[in-house]
Amino acid sequence: MMAENNVEMRESDRPPLSNARLGILVLLGAETMLFSGLIGTFLVFRVGNVTWPPPSHIGIELPRAVTGINTVLLLLSGYTMFQARRAIQKDNLKQLRNWLLLTGGLGLLFLGVQGSEWVQLIRNGLTLQSGVYGGIFYVLIGCHAVHVLSAVIWLFIVLGMAMAGRFSAARYTGVDTCTIYWIFVVALWPILYILVYLS
Amino acid sequence: MHDNEHTEHHHEESFISKYIFSLDHKTIGKQFLIYGLIMFFVGGGLALLFRWQLAYPDQPLPIIGASQQYIDDGEVVTGADRMWERIYDSDKEEWLEVNMPSGVITPEFYNMLFTMHATIMVFFVVVPILVGAFGNFLIPLMIGTRDMAFPILNMLSFWLAVLAAIVMVLGFFVPGGHASAGWTGYAPLSADPQWTGVEWGLNLWAISLLLQGFSSLVGSINYITTIINMRAPGMTFFRMPLVIWSLFIVAILLLLAFPVLSSALALLIFDRLAGTTFFSATAEGGGDPLLWQHLFWFFGHPEVYILILPGMGIASELIAVFSRKPIFGYRSMVYAMIAIAFLGWIVWGHHMFQSGMRPGLGSIFMTTTMLIAVPSAIKTFNWMGTMFRGSIRFTTPMLHGIAFVSMFVIGGLSGIYMANTPVDIFIHDTYYIVAHIHYVVFGGSLFAIFGGIIFWFPKMYGRYMNDVLAKIHFWLTFIAFNCTFFPMHILGVGGHMRRISNPQQYEFLQGFEGMNIFITMSAFTLGFAQLILVFNFFWSMYKGKVAEQNPWQVNTLEWEAPTPVPHGNFGQIPTVHRGPYEYSVPGEESDWIPQAQPEHAPATSGD
Repeated sequence: MMAENNVEMRESDRPPLSNARLGILVLLGAETMLFSGLIGTFLVFRVGNVTWPPPSHIGIELPRAVTGINTVLLLLSGYTMFQARRAIQKDNLKQLRNWLLLTGGLGLLFLGVQGSEWVQLIRNGLTLQSGVYGGIFYVLIGCHAVHVLSAVIWLFIVLGMAMAGRFSAARYTGVDTCTIYWIFVVALWPILYILVYLS
Repeated sequence: MHDNEHTEHHHEESFISKYIFSLDHKTIGKQFLIYGLIMFFVGGGLALLFRWQLAYPDQPLPIIGASQQYIDDGEVVTGADRMWERIYDSDKEEWLEVNMPSGVITPEFYNMLFTMHATIMVFFVVVPILVGAFGNFLIPLMIGTRDMAFPILNMLSFWLAVLAAIVMVLGFFVPGGHASAGWTGYAPLSADPQWTGVEWGLNLWAISLLLQGFSSLVGSINYITTIINMRAPGMTFFRMPLVIWSLFIVAILLLLAFPVLSSALALLIFDRLAGTTFFSATAEGGGDPLLWQHLFWFFGHPEVYILILPGMGIASELIAVFSRKPIFGYRSMVYAMIAIAFLGWIVWGHHMFQSGMRPGLGSIFMTTTMLIAVPSAIKTFNWMGTMFRGSIRFTTPMLHGIAFVSMFVIGGLSGIYMANTPVDIFIHDTYYIVAHIHYVVFGGSLFAIFGGIIFWFPKMYGRYMNDVLAKIHFWLTFIAFNCTFFPMHILGVGGHMRRISNPQQYEFLQGFEGMNIFITMSAFTLGFAQLILVFNFFWSMYKGKVAEQNPWQVNTLEWEAPTPVPHGNFGQIPTVHRGPYEYSVPGEESDWIPQAQPEHAPATSGD
């Protein structure tokens, strides 16, 4: 019963979540608060104005339908990302690559549709300087877009690592952390869609 | 010798990887400490400049100011006159000429001074030292692990903070001067350059704080992960020392609070650089200046507890160790800290009673604010209960610990007083508020920092700090601190507004001239007393008395590690058998039982 003879990390002492997974979850706490600040700002303006959009922007219509379809695309990418994780858990590297590729493609497609919508909106006269309506629209939706972009970049790094055969059913922390982040970015979008486009 | 991959690997480190881009949590902690001390002198120096202006409005500064003859008839008398002559003769617009012609502080420069004093002290001194230095140095040592969970992120955190400090200091030297909208950066003052004339100064201020936000984010992810995942065998949550609990709670607060400020800062930068109107209530744009206050204080009030909670943790260690008694009510101490951290989120409106907020909302914020008195009082009485009938050793760290408690009581009581909306409406924006914040953050956090530095110095550098110098520093600081800040309560009740550069302009404040001079004299004493600490710090690093492994007979794990602590900290990771405060246990021979000591073993064994 000599406790001194302990090996450093016995199997039973190992924490339920590895450092990397826990670290990502903690990061998401901060991300949530960042978006809370921006969503709070949006709500202050939304609730504080009797008409929304404010009278000066009455002619401007946000592309609800296209964005609705885009929302479905992004949600679908959440599903494919989940499948990628399932694939590596079954040690199926080929499927992992395919699912990751599909997820990244959907992410890029989402960004592409968003980008073309923005070009259209700016042509119609809704810019960053269009009062708080335009301002918070571009900042909030743009902040999410930046997150999607960073998630896509991250995903392609993971894909590169998968191509190099760096993952297996026993070692897939890289896929796991990227999945957690991806799911967060995907799950956030419907909230923004409902608030900004539909409310 | 225990075989250990960590200690073997890193023997041939270069100077750069060992002292500059180090991955070792202890080196990063010391880096944060030196960083904080340097910024402490920048921030303190700014305070002395504006204190001069408050006591002797529009008179040239001592030493570098021009003589009266020179100002009156241009006759060069002193060396400083020659310097000013040269400055006025040069074609360039010299920095000194713009900000303090002939050594007289301009009102614009005065605004810059108090803004940057608070910004630097809050974001670049107290948080980096309490969280960056003590957090990095203590967490792995006290929970019994070899390093932080993410050493590279840890290094990144420090160098981001350095970058933030450089950007912040650069702001002084851009055209238009530095941010001068107060450390709270209230909109629309901060949102539109036309109100202050400050262009890039405030942009740099915001960018620097964003960088500091990234640094804190990375740091807090590291702290939380390390504390949850990497505790030594047997180190349960409720065997953690209170200072680790406080740092854990603060890491969570930082993690969740700073992003809100980041979002506000991002919106502010958009307002200033991209033409949005989030914080300016123009007819066209429809922004809301109050929104800034809500976002800022939603971050800002948890920030206040970020500044004080680690101080509470450090004070708990000092008081238990030097009273040779278990901390009174260990669990209630933990729950009180959690309660304070939680309540900290729902009180931000008490900074805004005067903002035109709905009065009904004001009474809700008043109630939640007063609730904080309950956990704070629990802690205070527990500290007193710990000292009660203890065999108190009046070492210098203990003096600082006791000073922490007593000053915190004064600051806390004035806090309850002004949480009352009617009282606050009267003393809002007066020196009463200044007195309160300094009793909490200087009287509280800084005394804890000083005590902590002296207490852990033997573990950091293997030597004691010189005790005579440390005692002189303590008493000078304690007396000068009270002489500086106590009279501010009286100024505040007398209606002395804060953030005015020349109180003599107001007839009803002219009677306070003597008191302002007294405060300034005390502030200079306080400032120069800190030179003793810095001298002592660097002198003792090389010349101090060599300390044994556990000079204060402390139970916690950091003292199990050899001194100086090697890379990887422990030869073998210790196993924890008991709580951190088992002092003077009845029936035991020794008055302390280290956490790593197994049950029923002799107190001092050979190995």
